[in-house]
Amino acid sequence: MERDASLVRKMASRTRFWQGNEACAEGAIAAGCRFYAGYPITPASEIFEHMALRLPQLGGIEVQMEDEMASLGAVIGASWAGVKAMTATSGPGFSLMQEMIGYAFMTETPCVVVDVQRAGPCTGQATKVGQGDVMQARWGIHGDYAAVALAPNSVQELFDLTVRAFNLAEAFRTPVILLSDEIVSHMLESLVVPDYSQIEIVNRKKPKMGDSKFFMSPDVAPMPSVGEGFNVAVTGSTHDETGRRFTADQAVHQRLVKTLTGKIMNNADKIIDYEAYNEDACDVGIVSFGCTSRAVYETVERAKKEGVRVGFVRLKTIWPFPEEIIHRLAQNAKTIVVPELNMRELFYEVERTVKGAAPVFSVNKVGGGEMITPEELLAEVLRSVK
Amino acid sequence: MAEAEPFSMKRYLRPDLTLPFCVGCGCVNVMSSFLRAAHELGHKDLSKFVFCSGIGCSAWIPSPYLMADSLHVLHGRSIPVALGVKVMKPELNVVVFGGDGDIVGIGLSHVIHAARRNLPIAVVMVNNMIYGMTGGQVAPTTPLGIKTTTTPYGNFEYALDATRLVVAAGASYVARWTTAHGEELTRSMKKAITTKGFAFIEAASPCPTAFGRRIGFKDVAEMLRWFRDSSIPLEQASKMTEKELEGKIIVGEYVCREKPTLTDNLSKILKEAQQNAAI
Repeated sequence: MERDASLVRKMASRTRFWQGNEACAEGAIAAGCRFYAGYPITPASEIFEHMALRLPQLGGIEVQMEDEMASLGAVIGASWAGVKAMTATSGPGFSLMQEMIGYAFMTETPCVVVDVQRAGPCTGQATKVGQGDVMQARWGIHGDYAAVALAPNSVQELFDLTVRAFNLAEAFRTPVILLSDEIVSHMLESLVVPDYSQIEIVNRKKPKMGDSKFFMSPDVAPMPSVGEGFNVAVTGSTHDETGRRFTADQAVHQRLVKTLTGKIMNNADKIIDYEAYNEDACDVGIVSFGCTSRAVYETVERAKKEGVRVGFVRLKTIWPFPEEIIHRLAQNAKTIVVPELNMRELFYEVERTVKGAAPVFSVNKVGGGEMITPEELLAEVLRSVK
Repeated sequence: MAEAEPFSMKRYLRPDLTLPFCVGCGCVNVMSSFLRAAHELGHKDLSKFVFCSGIGCSAWIPSPYLMADSLHVLHGRSIPVALGVKVMKPELNVVVFGGDGDIVGIGLSHVIHAARRNLPIAVVMVNNMIYGMTGGQVAPTTPLGIKTTTTPYGNFEYALDATRLVVAAGASYVARWTTAHGEELTRSMKKAITTKGFAFIEAASPCPTAFGRRIGFKDVAEMLRWFRDSSIPLEQASKMTEKELEGKIIVGEYVCREKPTLTDNLSKILKEAQQNAAI
């Protein structure tokens, strides 16, 4: 443990020039992640490779599994062994992981799943950016479910939001998805790695001897580890507070689903985070996330020269959806513009949220690694208020 | 010397639950064999065990009936979860229970890779040769020609020999018995628990509800007679032709060998990585 601490300190000095995926891996390590299981996939493999190099130095373990179901399965097993654990993948692997995300949600297992988005569907373009997994992150698993997904837009945020993803996973005992993309994950940028003593770390609530209710609490139940003497029965089937299966009872099932979704949705204000600018004083509001949002800052400046005031909401939490701030933006802006590298996934969610308060315009592009440029975004901004 | 306490299955079960198995189901025998093995190894409780299981009747052997930590996972995915538990808590005995559909149908790749890695867990595969919980559909282990709900004209595929597959993949301990071999099964369970490395036991087991009565067995006793009559010990089988072995269950200990396990190899590289990093 002595050695563990010294190594962590060694990495924890100020400014670095890192690749996004590397920052994500180091963020996980800073958050206390000591188990990683994965399967190679572009453009997420650097996270895996970096964890493979670093975790053993810290006494942690990394295993390459036979597929993505097994990867998240091993992560969930490690989490029940009391260890913070993570996996990372991209679209095709994210599809395979959905069943295990459902299991983690149902069993209230804290874990982090990084999805470095590429152009889909299917194999699509493995090396090219996409943002088409927004709805898969929300609705990918079957049955009723409340998702938590964060969306970084810089190398700095790949570090910071990975730490936050672990903290939310531990606080709410739920899988947290870090929705990165090929651009943000593959670019190199300088970032400030905070001193580790300054990083807020959240750990799961542990039970007291004699406790027997480990599930289904609106306040998030305490979580034992296996081997601690609690005789915990974990199941993906419908269960009550003690983990007993109820495979046919309507009341228990409804109570379980309402509690698990409520646990997230009733705490949405604690989970939601965004960057907002001029949301109360703008002609046009832009709602964006991830790599696409990087074109927004320049658009704001250029529009100013054209006499158009642009405000924006940039989503750092994508699920639960930050409805309140977007609604506020729509109350003030004449129009809303949503740029994204998919066929209107965020757009429809924004349109649903603004409830007709302002017309919503879409700017899309998919494939080939092409981004939406500030010029293209500006053109749509100006056209929307013409 | 003090008299050894007699074996009682109840001691290892949660007191307020009734076992869910059909009359004559082999899951009860497998459960009893395992618990007897734990008892004979001196485990007064199951505090040194963690159980993982997938979906299917035999997945309910541990979950939630055993008074122990248990993870009842998705169909076919118990072994990867067991890996996560084992590598982070190597001091615990991790035991997987699963049916033939769970372990060598949907979860086949996981068992092969666990054997390849020599992951030090025990996997007990209860082979009822059918998908029992869902009502008797054909399984990868169903013998050729058998009529099931999804092969109403007879099964047109060959059955998988899971035991030989796991031997080939590199397991440390592999045995196959039927539930008509109570003593042998218990003895193998003990070896599976204590083996340093990946242990696999296949237990052919009657499903009177979804299999036996459909293929013409009057009762479970008749099924067990069929098991006994078609069981051929390994040594004897080696002298028989393939034709003679058709439809037989070859029982015995297939392999018992030790080599460094996944957790051994991991702790070795951890040590090296930490030394290199410290320099």
